[in-house]
This record gives sequence, C-alpha cells and structure tokens, in this order.
Amino acid sequence: MGETHSLEDRFQAFVEAENKVEPKHWMPDGYRKTLVRQISQHAHSEVVGMLPEANWISRAPSLRAKLILLAKVQDEAGHGLYLYSAAETLGTSRDQMIDDLLSGKAKYSSIFNYPTLTWADMGAIGWLVDGAAIANQVMLCRTSYGPYSRAMVRICKEESFHQRQGYEIMMTLAKGTKEQKAMAQDALNRWWWPSIMMFGPSDDNSPNSAQSMKWRIKRKSNDELRQEFIDKTVAQAEFIGLTLPDPDLKWNAETGHYDFGEIDWTEFFEVIAGNGPCNAERLAARQKAHDEGAWVRDAATAYAVKQAARKPNPSTQTHAA
Amino acid sequence: MSQASHQWPLWEVFVRSKNGLAHKHSGSLHAPDAEMALKNARDVYTRRSEGVSIWVVPSSSITASSPDEKDPLFAPSDDKVYRHPTFYDIPDEVGHM
Ligand SMILES: [Fe+2]
Ligand SMILES: [Fe+2]
Repeated sequence: MGETHSLEDRFQAFVEAENKVEPKHWMPDGYRKTLVRQISQHAHSEVVGMLPEANWISRAPSLRAKLILLAKVQDEAGHGLYLYSAAETLGTSRDQMIDDLLSGKAKYSSIFNYPTLTWADMGAIGWLVDGAAIANQVMLCRTSYGPYSRAMVRICKEESFHQRQGYEIMMTLAKGTKEQKAMAQDALNRWWWPSIMMFGPSDDNSPNSAQSMKWRIKRKSNDELRQEFIDKTVAQAEFIGLTLPDPDLKWNAETGHYDFGEIDWTEFFEVIAGNGPCNAERLAARQKAHDEGAWVRDAATAYAVKQAARKPNPSTQTHAA
Repeated sequence: MSQASHQWPLWEVFVRSKNGLAHKHSGSLHAPDAEMALKNARDVYTRRSEGVSIWVVPSSSITASSPDEKDPLFAPSDDKVYRHPTFYDIPDEVGHM
C-alpha cells in the first residue's frame, strides 16, 4: 500500500470503479446529505404525484380506464415507500421526511403543482410526465448508492406501463371526434413545457450537478436527459397527429438532435418557490390525508400493543416455512 | 398517542418468487406488528404476482457483518481454489464427473 490515501480519495476511487456504496460503508458527509435530499424529494414527488391523477379516478370514462388509473396511482404510492425506505438507510427518519414535506421545507417535483383540467391530462401526464420521470429513473438505476439503485430498478419495471397507458389515452382521443382531438392537443399544450422542465435547470445553471456526476449519483446531465427525451417524443407526437407546442422545434442534421425553443425558467423557479397554480392545494391535501389518517395509525398501534401484551413469548423456535 | 404511532418499527421483507426458490430480500417497511407488516408487504412488494410466500423480520433482529470486516471475513476463502471443481484435472475420457 505505501501511500496514504484520504478516506475521500478512497471513496472516489471506489465509486469510479463502479462499486455500489452500501448503508454501512464510509461516505463523505456531502454525499450522504445530497442523497438524503435527492431521495426524499424523489419520494415526496411520487406521493404528491398521486394527487393530480387521483382527481380523475372517480370520473374516469370507463371501468377499464378507472382500473388502470387506480393501479397506476397505487404504484406511485409504492414508489414513494421504496424511496422513503432507501432514504432511511442513510440515517434520516420517515417522520422527519414527512414533517419536512408538510411544513413546506422539502421540495417535490414542480410538475405536480399544475392542475388536471380534463381527462386528456391523464393521457398527457402518463405519456410526458411519467415518460420524463422514466428517463431520469433509468439513469438512476446505475446510481452509486445501492439501496437507491435497487429501488430504481424495481420502479422502472413498474413504470413502463404508466407511460404506455398515457400514450394510449392520447392516441384514443387523437383518433376521436374533433372535440376529443382538440382536448388532447390542449392537454399537450399545457403539459409539454412543464414536462421538459422536469429535468431541472440547464447544466450551466445547475451548480450541484457536477459533484453529483463525480460521485456517480447522477450519470447524465439535465440537458442530456432533456435532449434524449425531446428526441424520442417528437416522433411519438407526430404518429398520433398532435403538435408539440414549440415553433422553434426542428431537426438539426448537424447535431443529430432536435433544436428546441427557449425554456421559461422564471416559471420553473416561481413554481419551485411555491407560487405555482396548485402548490398550496397539494400541501393542504397531503396535510388533510395525514391528519385524517391519524386515528388509523393510533388504532393500529394500540392494537399491536394489546396483542403483544396478550401473547406469551414463543419459547420454541421453529423454522420459518 | 399519535406521537408513538410515528415510531412504528421497521421490518425487512423477504419474498419467495416461486415454489422451490429461496426467499429473497425485497425491501423494508414500517408496521406496528407482524400481521400488519405482512399485509403491507403484500401491497407494497407483490402487486404483480412477484411472490408465493412472504417473510417479515424485525430489522432490529438482523445482525449484519460490517464492511470493515469484509477482508478478515471473506478473504480467507479467496486462496482456497481447491474448493472448486475446476481445480482438478480429470481426463476427458473419464466422462462427466
Ligand atoms: Fe413513479
Ligand atoms: Fe409513474
């Protein structure tokens, strides 16, 4: 060995060799903090993300559509749980994370602060919002933190139906009456820009990105992911005869990518800062669910305590079946 | 009371995906007791027929080896190549062994 390496250097070499960091491994404080922030934000996004779609469960146009939407929203609850568990392995607690969400201290994806005005929004969300989330999550399957990466693998398996069911809704509407097609186009017009903002600020405006890439938490930059997403989506929109609401969108043969118009980052930062159309409504809904569920949590605890007191400790060990 | 309910213990969930296979760690969850842990595990980890059997184990009951002991624990087996079948030269004529 001979040379002395600092713990940081050894950690850096470890992640650069594509090793996974596990909860008990030594890690730099900054790495831990970045992950706690990122994973808990991600978990909050899954949980708050249920609200815009839950808005349409009772008004789904068919039983089939209702079952699908219910299953998707239930998946998002599961995703939140996998992610909270992953964050907890870093030493934060579930209570702390929930408190931070409800107090407004923690952030979640700005996209969920937009309203869902028509049924077509269920299509646009599945196609674009889940689509953008998938692009990010596929990259995160290769993140350096083991529990986060494993949660992502599970989530990605479940996500693929989310985007497909959304696209199917859009396709059906686009093939329908003039009014139905107009409804689909209107949803696309409203969700397109917020969706491509989901990848976060452009690289030169994203100060923490470089460190995250260095630690192998992120594997691709915001702009790279955004470009890939746009490149994929153009043909999907064309196929169903809808128009992406960006007059500057055009194929660039030189770069092999689509050029696109200027993103309104003022809007993005305004929504992040809490001034989006639904920020207050979303947090109020979370708070209400939390408060109204309190008696259930209390009852379950009381029952567990009672049962434990009643049950004699098992003295004989048997093999689990 | 509602303060206490915040502190539900953590459970590790193991799922047997098919008859004949071993249970494999799927993840963890919070629940007030084993029965609720099982029910929650079913909803959280087997929504797509991922399992035929679930174990839930209080996380506090698990003793884990520490990564610092990785070398003393596991290195001794690295130099025991004679524990592997490929270490032995058996002529092909003998047939599969
Ligand atoms: Fe999700
Ligand atoms: Fe999803």
